[in-house]
Amino acid sequence: MPNLKLSAWEIVEIARNPKRKTALDYINRIFDDFIELHGDRKFKDDKAIVCGLARIEKQNFTIIAEQKGRTTKENIERNFGMPNPESYRKAIRFMKQAEKFKRPVVTFIDTKGAYPGIGAEERGQGEAIAKSMFEMAKLEVPVISIVIGEGSSGGALAIGVANKVFMLENAIYSILSPEGYSSILWKDSSKYKEAAEKMKLTAKDLYDLKVIDKIIKEPQKDGEVDFEKLANNLKKEIVNAINELKNLEPKKIVQNRYEKFRNMGEYIKL
Amino acid sequence: MIVDKIKKREVQTVKNKKSKVDIPIGKWLKCEKCGEILYKEAVTNNLNICPNCGYYFRMHIDKRLDLIIDQGTYERFNLDIETTNPLNLEDYPKKLKTLREKTGLKEAVACGTGNINGEKVVICIMDSGFLMGSMGVVVGEKITYSIEQAIKQKLPLVIFSVSGGARMQEGIISLMQMAKTTSALTKLDKAGLLYISVLTDPTYGGVTASFASLGDIILAEPKAMIGFAGQRVIEQTIGEALPQGFQTAEFLLEHGFIDKIVERKDLKDTIYKLIQFHKGGEK
Repeated sequence: MPNLKLSAWEIVEIARNPKRKTALDYINRIFDDFIELHGDRKFKDDKAIVCGLARIEKQNFTIIAEQKGRTTKENIERNFGMPNPESYRKAIRFMKQAEKFKRPVVTFIDTKGAYPGIGAEERGQGEAIAKSMFEMAKLEVPVISIVIGEGSSGGALAIGVANKVFMLENAIYSILSPEGYSSILWKDSSKYKEAAEKMKLTAKDLYDLKVIDKIIKEPQKDGEVDFEKLANNLKKEIVNAINELKNLEPKKIVQNRYEKFRNMGEYIKL
Repeated sequence: MIVDKIKKREVQTVKNKKSKVDIPIGKWLKCEKCGEILYKEAVTNNLNICPNCGYYFRMHIDKRLDLIIDQGTYERFNLDIETTNPLNLEDYPKKLKTLREKTGLKEAVACGTGNINGEKVVICIMDSGFLMGSMGVVVGEKITYSIEQAIKQKLPLVIFSVSGGARMQEGIISLMQMAKTTSALTKLDKAGLLYISVLTDPTYGGVTASFASLGDIILAEPKAMIGFAGQRVIEQTIGEALPQGFQTAEFLLEHGFIDKIVERKDLKDTIYKLIQFHKGGEK
């Protein structure tokens, strides 16, 4: 229940806390036998997205996860979790393999956004994100996405076209960072706290907007997140969702995902 | 070169002649590229291209329709919708209302069917004059509806993009329109229908990172600025100046992200020609 009193900006700070658990922490805790596999087979292995295979009991999974560094050194290696186009192309490769071998896909979303750099533009950042969503939308296997920290902009959504989207209680998911938002919309980057309140970026707001399907609680113990309990709950939710989806016909799985995104955003008929 | 000079001189003469006539303010406009003061009508009659330096001015939806669609064949889709203002921003509905009055447009995109040299297509045209062509729920829904209509009527789809990206005022709902339009395009793809994406100046952000980059064929106007991240953001991130020609249509062509750069005057015939190559392919 601690969430009730937090402001949106406080949640942003929690979501960004460098000590917050990262994708690999969840993957290693929830899945058995995780094996990371590398490379987009085109240009390089971009380390801001981690891909691999894992298992829960007898169920195999393909894992695609945005990974922030847990130390400065790791952060530099992982470009602070900001993917270059190669990360998305690696993700696409693993999505297609998942489909070929009939494995459900679980993606973990945690990024400030796709990397804005010269090389990223030269190598088609926009195209890479678009293609990732395009391939994801077509997958004939169940896909679950979990927003675990920062889910910012197209860089997050690129691996978020899922049948079920879960979000941790203190994660955020938004069109842009509150700083960027206030600077673009109000031409004043100092109004980021106000922007955070306005943007509807908390799990509760996004659940109300039907952007996400479930909020995963972050239970507390001794003033800190009880990671064991949280991971156990998340594992249960993943298993439940897969059980619900895995017996659907492949076409139904695609249709289920299609309808979810087809209906994103209400509008008024004039 | 010589021809260029002659042309330039001719324009100059015409302009000088005109300038002797008493023309009220408002009929002139300054070229954003070369700074030349131009007679508006001379620009309009030149496909909105600067007669002095060849700079492509952005086009109003109506002008673009005139340029691309056979006269009298455009039929807009009967889809009149409005945003719910999901973030409850106070000034957003007001801003939309003012823009509608000012531009004569309902939103940042117009969608319908029309003929290109007699070939019927579904056509979507964006307009930078309406909140920088940004994509909120209305733009996302209209593009998606258009894709669905192309499938239903088995028609080629042509989208002219010009956009700053996802619309800030609608927050996450705008972001989700990227997934919505992209998902719809998977169905068009499956139906074996042609989608020609035309990128015009500027095309950025969530539009580049969704439907604009997913054409079977991607065309661009010369020197159009196209990218994912804005130049200021990139400069601030990397802390250095950007190379010349970065994110231009020519840059994208060089790096393999567009099929062809087509001059404005040739766009209609080029699209027509491409459609001809794809006839009878639909499933």
